[in-house]
Amino acid sequence: MTGSATASVTLPADDQIMIVREFDAPRELVFRAWTEPDLVRQWWHAGRGEMTVCEIDLRPGGSWRYVMVTPDGTEVAFHGEYREVAPGERIVQTEIYDPFPDAAAVDTLEFEDLDGRTRVTMLVQHRLKEHRDAHVESGMEDGLQDALDLLEGVAQSLV
Amino acid sequence: MRSVARAATTTDAFNAIAEPRRRQILDVLARGERPVNDLVSELGLAQPQVSKHLRVLREVGAVDVRDEGRMRVYRLNGAALRPIHDWVKDFERTWSERFEQLDAVLDDLQQEEDDDR
Repeated sequence: MTGSATASVTLPADDQIMIVREFDAPRELVFRAWTEPDLVRQWWHAGRGEMTVCEIDLRPGGSWRYVMVTPDGTEVAFHGEYREVAPGERIVQTEIYDPFPDAAAVDTLEFEDLDGRTRVTMLVQHRLKEHRDAHVESGMEDGLQDALDLLEGVAQSLV
Repeated sequence: MRSVARAATTTDAFNAIAEPRRRQILDVLARGERPVNDLVSELGLAQPQVSKHLRVLREVGAVDVRDEGRMRVYRLNGAALRPIHDWVKDFERTWSERFEQLDAVLDDLQQEEDDDR
């Protein structure tokens, strides 16, 4: 094991969530692990079940579909469509959680070469946008990060 | 993975705290309960504005109010905000665990490449 740092999660805007993680492997390998079904099946389940479906048609307009079944039989299914594919560098895709078909998020994935290591940045543009629009005059351009920092403390006090 | 499902139940609280002044109010209340007048002076806003923000925060349960004599005293209700925190933390946890699995996949791939050399 490489013992890489944990993922950093931030909220750049109230409708966005960003994850950044570095991997101790070259960019081509990280991209392969992210886009080849046989490899994705080995990690996307996060240790919480088994991937029963992993379909990847990696080209603009191509679709993807992941299904995981947890030990208690719950099926967790996501699907979407690729909008942009720059091999080894960048993927833009839609992401829909099956129970909420109207709520598509758009994920932008960047794979950055750090001299043999790789930084992956995943920006999820969430469906909270419709809620943000209602608030556009109220100056929430600060995003939710401050609130998250605040809540960190609040939640700890609740334990 | 459940994060998307959870978002639906937390959008009200998300809305309420998306406004910087309301976050400021929560920040003050995080240090202890306060009568409205204190909030007015700490924030440097007119009372009607503060009251308006407090009303929004009350509607989503982010703050509670009690009457003390003629004063209205507000306090933070962290439990109402917890879903937001949990939502983000759940997302973070899921992806951290995925990435740990991915580290192992990458180790295997590198090993294969080295073996081929």
